Amino acid sequence: MDIAAQSIEGGFADPVFNAQAVFRAVMDAMARPGSLQPVAGFARPPAPLSATSGAIALALCDNDTPLWLDPALHASTPVVSWLGFHSGAPLANTPADSHFAFIATPAEMMALDGFAQGTQDYPDRSTTLILQVGDLASGALLLLEGPGIETSATIAPAQMPRHFVEQWKQNNKRFPRGVDIILATSEGIACLPRTTRIKTMEA
Amino acid sequence: MNDIATYNFAYLDEQTKRMIRRAILKGIAIPGYQVPFASREMPMPYGWGTGGVQVTASIIGPDDVLKVIDQGADDTTNAVSIRAFFKKVANVAVTTDTATATIIQTRHRIPEHPLTAGQVLVYQVPIPEPLRFLEPRETETRKMHALEEYGLMHVKLYEDIAKHGRIATTYAYPVKVEGRYVMDPSPTPKFDNPKMHRSPALQLFGAGREKRIYAVPPFTDVVSLDFEDHPFEVQTFDQPCALCAAENVYLDEVILDDHGGHMFVCSDTDHCEKRREEGHRGHLAPEMMEPAQ
Repeated sequence: MDIAAQSIEGGFADPVFNAQAVFRAVMDAMARPGSLQPVAGFARPPAPLSATSGAIALALCDNDTPLWLDPALHASTPVVSWLGFHSGAPLANTPADSHFAFIATPAEMMALDGFAQGTQDYPDRSTTLILQVGDLASGALLLLEGPGIETSATIAPAQMPRHFVEQWKQNNKRFPRGVDIILATSEGIACLPRTTRIKTMEA
Repeated sequence: MNDIATYNFAYLDEQTKRMIRRAILKGIAIPGYQVPFASREMPMPYGWGTGGVQVTASIIGPDDVLKVIDQGADDTTNAVSIRAFFKKVANVAVTTDTATATIIQTRHRIPEHPLTAGQVLVYQVPIPEPLRFLEPRETETRKMHALEEYGLMHVKLYEDIAKHGRIATTYAYPVKVEGRYVMDPSPTPKFDNPKMHRSPALQLFGAGREKRIYAVPPFTDVVSLDFEDHPFEVQTFDQPCALCAAENVYLDEVILDDHGGHMFVCSDTDHCEKRREEGHRGHLAPEMMEPAQ
């Protein structure tokens, strides 16, 4: 398939209902951190953007939301033109200008504090990070506590950023500023809002 | 071509929904913080729930079951109108049964029937800023939230005690969410405040005229402000519901005649009807009355 066709194919077949279904999955995941919310394969973006993160982009991003793409995604012309064609979202000049950041290789990503953190007055002006992880079971086991979690939840996402637990503690300390994370796997999504506290499980 | 004007599913256009959806996600991530959003004109006046309607329209899907209550009642003008609105523009199932609803839009009550995980409670909020009547400037109240400077609110509650001997606020009683933001629970009676604390349901708040959305995720601490020597307490009623004899529920006073006759009945009509179906009878229930002369 040539690049022009790649950037046009693979959008939502039913934009209204697909966007609603994807949003509800994200909302439920954000309200219940650590829970896996299934997202059906509504979108077929070009690699290396995954179907799940592509669906999130189509559901939430538009010309009001500058995007930041990690080097792996940014280097892919089909991905950039697919996002441009379907969402109309501009690319942010720096990570700190972005509303959403899509990261295909979280293990190599930059530090969380490089993204927009919001201000003390307007903590909502922060970046939401979409991390494409392989699964939520094969990585280091994380114990989650905080709003949305009755007692505790566990999650073990693979290929997470380096020193993630330490970085996340710093993210917690910036509250109400800070970033929120959506973990996108092929089965669905799980979220880590900035209120979630992470403890590592002792082996 | 037909001549009838058409509109998108759930009335709002997709770009508006995306904008509101992003605000809802930020609201959930920062519990109790008021997220500004670009509120739209809705086909109803401000004060009739335009904020709640926009939130509901942005989250509702074809499989949802919607319940709308107005002061606890399913059968008053505001509730009937909004329910009919969504039936028309989203073609969703509607109900008056609290347990089977997936989305409950409410004006100023929380249902008596305990909410469950997976349900979403959408509040219509007139004035989202709890500090607004103490400090009219938005620039100042925003700074007070930023600096977690809530002394003024405690002074207000203290002045209540100095004047009345107790905290006289009975509705829109300020709460602190997850130990950080002071939040207006919308003008619900303070009777309902304890139900917000660690509720299994997601609670979303929409203020259309004031252009703010905020949220309380499930299992989040919602603590009513008080003092050690004047702890928070809810209203109590010295008689049960006159129709279904329910106790420990919120009651409305209904005037019966112009000679001072009145009765107290459940504000939650669904709860009251369910109890009467189960055979509970209050002292003014029709079956208990003497046959008419």
